[in-house]
Amino acid sequence: MTDETSNVVQSLSVAEVADVELYHPKSWITKYVFSQDAKIIAIQYSITALSIGLVALVMSWLMRLQLGFPGLLSFIDADRYYQIMTMHGMIMVIYLLTALFLGGFGNYLIPLMLGARDMVFPYVNMLSFWVYLLAVLVLVASFFVPGGPTGAGWTLYPPQAILATTPGKEWGIIVMLVSLMLFIIGFTMGGLNYVVTVLQGRTRGMTLLRMPLTVWGIFTATVLALLAFPALFVGCVMMLLDRVIGTSFFMPAIVSMGEQLPYKGGSPILFQHLFWFFGHPEVYIVALPAFGIISDLISTHARKNIFGYRMMVWALVAIGALSFVVWAHHMYVSGMHPAFGFFFATTTLIIAIPTAIKVYNWVLTLWRGDIHLTVPMLFALAFIVTFVNGGLTGLFLGNVVVDVPLSDTMFVVAHFHMVMGIAPIFAIFGAIYHWYPKVTGRLLSDTLGKLHFWVTFLGAYAIFFPLHYIGLMGVPRRYYEMGEMAFVPPSTVTLNAFITIVALIVGAAQLMFVFNLVWSLRRGRPAGGNPWGATTLEWQTPQTPPGHGNWGKTLPVVYRWAYDYSVPGAAQDFLPQNQPPVPRTA
Amino acid sequence: MRIAVALALIVLGSVVFHLLSPWWWTPIASNWSYIDDTILITFWITGVVFAAVVLFMAYCVFRFRHREGSRAAYQPESTRLEWWLSIGTGVGVAAMLAPGLFVWHQFVTVPKDATTVEVVGQQWQWSYRLPGADGRLGASDVAYVSPDNPLGLDPKDPHGQDDVIIQGDQLHLQLGKPVKILLRSLDVVHDFYVPEFRAKMDMIPGSVTYYWFTPTRAGTFEALCAELCGVGHSHMRGSVVVELESDHQTWLLLQKTFAQLRAPVRADAGN
Repeated sequence: MTDETSNVVQSLSVAEVADVELYHPKSWITKYVFSQDAKIIAIQYSITALSIGLVALVMSWLMRLQLGFPGLLSFIDADRYYQIMTMHGMIMVIYLLTALFLGGFGNYLIPLMLGARDMVFPYVNMLSFWVYLLAVLVLVASFFVPGGPTGAGWTLYPPQAILATTPGKEWGIIVMLVSLMLFIIGFTMGGLNYVVTVLQGRTRGMTLLRMPLTVWGIFTATVLALLAFPALFVGCVMMLLDRVIGTSFFMPAIVSMGEQLPYKGGSPILFQHLFWFFGHPEVYIVALPAFGIISDLISTHARKNIFGYRMMVWALVAIGALSFVVWAHHMYVSGMHPAFGFFFATTTLIIAIPTAIKVYNWVLTLWRGDIHLTVPMLFALAFIVTFVNGGLTGLFLGNVVVDVPLSDTMFVVAHFHMVMGIAPIFAIFGAIYHWYPKVTGRLLSDTLGKLHFWVTFLGAYAIFFPLHYIGLMGVPRRYYEMGEMAFVPPSTVTLNAFITIVALIVGAAQLMFVFNLVWSLRRGRPAGGNPWGATTLEWQTPQTPPGHGNWGKTLPVVYRWAYDYSVPGAAQDFLPQNQPPVPRTA
Repeated sequence: MRIAVALALIVLGSVVFHLLSPWWWTPIASNWSYIDDTILITFWITGVVFAAVVLFMAYCVFRFRHREGSRAAYQPESTRLEWWLSIGTGVGVAAMLAPGLFVWHQFVTVPKDATTVEVVGQQWQWSYRLPGADGRLGASDVAYVSPDNPLGLDPKDPHGQDDVIIQGDQLHLQLGKPVKILLRSLDVVHDFYVPEFRAKMDMIPGSVTYYWFTPTRAGTFEALCAELCGVGHSHMRGSVVVELESDHQTWLLLQKTFAQLRAPVRADAGN
């Protein structure tokens, strides 16, 4: 893939690019706290996201304990259960996954992989993190306000979200909406940065079709997020007005607990459209960066170019575009006009085609590879298994009439945890094991990593695979307790207890991962600049961890695509993107 | 190496679990066996794809694992192969979508001879309303809701006077007779869901939604709320009795109409 351009590159000289435009920190505070360096901001984002994610992990334990052993923990009453459930979902989707993929990996990898010194707007980038942190703190504050956090479910459907019969109606829901709005403001500042940096900040020779798929994934996801989050923002504003000053955007005339409320004429289903117009692209905001990362992990650790690179790029773009015309598949049983079902089922199932192409190309990359079973590679393989599993159950739920019996059951819970919980988290784990050496200069412990992998992979599958069948029976989701259900066999109680025990073990394994992150910081094996023999630019920095401005005096010049692994005739089994081609002997 | 075995075992374990587990859908009690059929088609197609992809991965990991001196092949792309795979996927998707849309068309097309039953949801109980002798349900609005008019019927609408109102009791349906379920909520979004009937639909305050089915099996079935409706969500249960026409008529005669329920109130007012 270098030949077509090799005549041109001969004329490129290595450019000396002054770094005068960069902000140079003058104190410890401006270097590490109010930092404008994308790498520091990335670490700040990642630590914040992982910390709040741990809170959500503990919440999943509490929920599972209630489902597996009802009444075991006396402090979990129905109010608390719904509050825990809501916060678990919201934190995991927005404050962990979105923030970590875009704010964490986006900030670290975009400038480095593109050969830039930093993001194009470092100051705004810094603000982005601090507004995100504020959003997280406001979210955490909802645990301490009177009445506690909202228990409206992460979808926050009105009217129940703002009525007295839902926990957290005093302050919880207000705090939640404000936190979401702050998150969106913070994200927008970061997101504009990522897009402009990808479009304007690439080094010489780094054409769009030479970018690593990780950057393509994060870039496409960011464009999606910039277009999708405003819908949620508008929904939050309107609901806040309904709650605080009694407008009726989403509130029709209602009799609640025997009392006529002053609302009139609003539309609850309008909120659902706004929410899912954001909510469905949100699935891909999380999935597309994972797609990109997995492509790069598989290629690097199988020592083989990603199969069908151009098709992979087009598939990302196609999935991104299609993701804006499928939102109402979350609403098949919402009572919207039945004719919508035909349209949204068709678009939803069409999206399976570019998605399937990505899966094929991952496994075809393994074919005739030289597969190193490193921890990142193991997590990449586990990602494919769980993503394929969750993607395929999406074909059940996307096919409108099949969704009718399954909607709102545990089948849905199993599906979305597999496809946008477990799978993206595996991509995150793989990515952390892969890039930790670049961020810290040290490798994570391999022994702990493998143990972490096996417990998490097999455990997560054992949790969520059987759960589909509980849903297929008809057990609804969001039930504080199953109680007596005539159609549910007693063996289900045993299965629920089993799932809970496995969930506790898998959760404990994550603490081992956190320990590994901290322990390896000092004790890990020194990694050197390029421990995996990878081609992409972030592994070619003059220092590891990369210094301020990333590249020293001269910016790298790119001569080839990101996937020159095992090129016939080359001495090494990888050719870095900035390695010039051998001059042709004419 | 171990991972190759694990991948193969995951496929094997999933298939065995699917075939042997005691957890499966409830025996159907409505005409929507087409929905079950579509689910089975989807299980087959997706199951084959899942097994094929994961087993292929297991084989690759086993066959092409790193060994001393081994080197990967260099093959950037194969347009031909990618097109064939895309077309194959398209065919598989069409094989699921076509029956799905066909059955959806039936699901949203209510037969002309369907009787009408209204289900009203409010936190956290179900109420029901059946048309009286005139075969029509009277108008309703939440503005009319009061202690003696819990479902908010228009007191001036003559069609509503003979409507049968059932509160805190079971709904009875006639075996073999198509029924259009009108769904109305007084407060928040609920969802009237009987697993054996396969059908469900949200009820949204401010509008009336519906679905239809034909009960095909006599018996008593549990109704659940399937849309989060506040803190009592999991306790919002009801039950539906499906019975022969003669039993149904007997039951219907014992129920009170809107006019009968309001009579004592009027009598009190008269005194």
